[in-house]
Amino acid sequence: MPLFEVMEHTADIGIRSFGATRREAFENAAMGMFSLLCDIDKVEARLTYKVEVEADDIETLLVEWLNELLYLHESEGVLLKKFIVTELSERRIVGRCRGEHIDHKRHKLDADIKAATYYMLRLQQTDRGWKAEVIFDV
Amino acid sequence: MLVPGRVFADRDLVEIAAQEKALEQVCNVACLPGIVTASLAMPDIHWGYGFAIGGVAAFGLDDGIISPGGVGYDIACGVRLIRSSLRIRDVRSRVPDLIRELSRTIPAGVGRGGDVRLNHSEMDQLVAGGVPWLITRGYGWPGDVDAIEDGGVFEGAEPALLSTRARERGFSQSGTLGAGNHFIEVQRVERIFDEDAAAAFGIFEDQLCLMVHSGSRGLGHQICTEYVKKMAGAAARAGIKLPDRQLACAPIKSREGEDYYAAMACAVNFARCNRQVMTHMVRQSFEYIFKSSAENLGLDVVYDISHNMARFEEHEVGGERLKLCVHRKGATRSLPAGHPDVPDIYRASGQPVIVPGDMGTASYLLKGTEKALTESFGSTCHGAGRVLGRMAAKKLIQGHELRTRLEGQGITVIAGRPSTLAEEAPEAYKDIDRVVDVCHNAGLSEKVARLTPLGVIKG
Repeated sequence: MPLFEVMEHTADIGIRSFGATRREAFENAAMGMFSLLCDIDKVEARLTYKVEVEADDIETLLVEWLNELLYLHESEGVLLKKFIVTELSERRIVGRCRGEHIDHKRHKLDADIKAATYYMLRLQQTDRGWKAEVIFDV
Repeated sequence: MLVPGRVFADRDLVEIAAQEKALEQVCNVACLPGIVTASLAMPDIHWGYGFAIGGVAAFGLDDGIISPGGVGYDIACGVRLIRSSLRIRDVRSRVPDLIRELSRTIPAGVGRGGDVRLNHSEMDQLVAGGVPWLITRGYGWPGDVDAIEDGGVFEGAEPALLSTRARERGFSQSGTLGAGNHFIEVQRVERIFDEDAAAAFGIFEDQLCLMVHSGSRGLGHQICTEYVKKMAGAAARAGIKLPDRQLACAPIKSREGEDYYAAMACAVNFARCNRQVMTHMVRQSFEYIFKSSAENLGLDVVYDISHNMARFEEHEVGGERLKLCVHRKGATRSLPAGHPDVPDIYRASGQPVIVPGDMGTASYLLKGTEKALTESFGSTCHGAGRVLGRMAAKKLIQGHELRTRLEGQGITVIAGRPSTLAEEAPEAYKDIDRVVDVCHNAGLSEKVARLTPLGVIKG
């Protein structure tokens, strides 16, 4: 099973991520999102950021977790590649992510993601674990 | 559905929309409280998130809602057309140099900051004071505001409502183009359809013009992100059942609704200022290449429109004059001669409508009509509208092949990366001529001029 796959949408683009647990599905959704932004194999895990988000329910939490990472990307000028969710409940997520500052010589940025949206948002249990689907505005 | 859905299209265009979920999205919007007359879509309609792109929806002030998703993440994304006194036949050989100079001067692409760095107090003044304030700081000419919607400043902005995060995302991005479908094009006026209107807009055949397509960058994206989240709760509290969570909304007359409008207004002013800063840079680039002053080169703003917005407007509905909150998500205002919101310089001709097309075909300058007021709350199309997804476009087209093809057509292309080119290929868009013809024939706008690209900068 792949960690994530890209979903096509006429104007925008989405990520479908998989995981044995919800935590993993959240982590892989984040990796999928950053893989749309750049080639994450070329990103080094030099810096660590802590992320903490609260929301009314777990699906909202998924969108807000990704939006929090986008905010970090833009405000700190970083690319992220490793995501570890340390705590996940219905209303709260705590995690760490690792990456480095954008270096235009080494990093080719492929997309400008404006936000993770709530459109067709899904977090589902499957036979093999969990599946998350998010559409981004690009 | 509280009202019908109404799509302006020809048979083929509506079939394209039906293959996607765009029509379903038009129906979803028709279910939102307080919607008036119909949930409308322009012929460039395509599948969005929440509202369809190309959608227009008006809501009553007392019982209606305002929805950040109905405006979109790129608040006040729009287009500005700048004219010149130059004829292409005299300067064609200089266009590649001009494009290279523009791409050196104007920051484009992902993760690129601009030269204009704002502090907190300047940010407050910019989002409240809009383009007139920016001009006092030396970015542009006093006359520029006469050719921008609302005189370049949208009322109701409250800087106190800008979150720290929205500010942080905006500080370094004023005067930057961005990426995706945003662009700067050097264009040639290929054909005039309406001599009188063209003369009023300062447009003539073979003229060199420049078009800027950009928005409110990270500042607008952040405002939308924050209010979509806030309004999910607000909608539930107001007892509004949403067919799609991205349609999150709040009553216009609620704390959340009023705060969103005031924050959105900040982003509107930020987007217009962004295009103003780029206009300033465009003038500098022209001066450098043509060794003449921007005034001598006649680099005036024709008009500046925003195609992602919500605003309060008065319209006649069933014989009654009502104040409504009109959402346009990928639609342009189209106002006739004499309308009070048309700037004085165009009061006799009607409002200029700028419709950007794809980078290999054409863009249009149109004028607003009386019929748009009765048919579409004074709205018309905003572009060609996508028909292919980005991945599908990349599978079909190679960026470098497209570059060769465009260069064969005499179009100079500068793009941050080849994949942007492929994603934005002409094949990924509907036929702009057809979209504009549907609007013309339906009376939503009238054709004034067709402009073809000679040079393109893509983010």
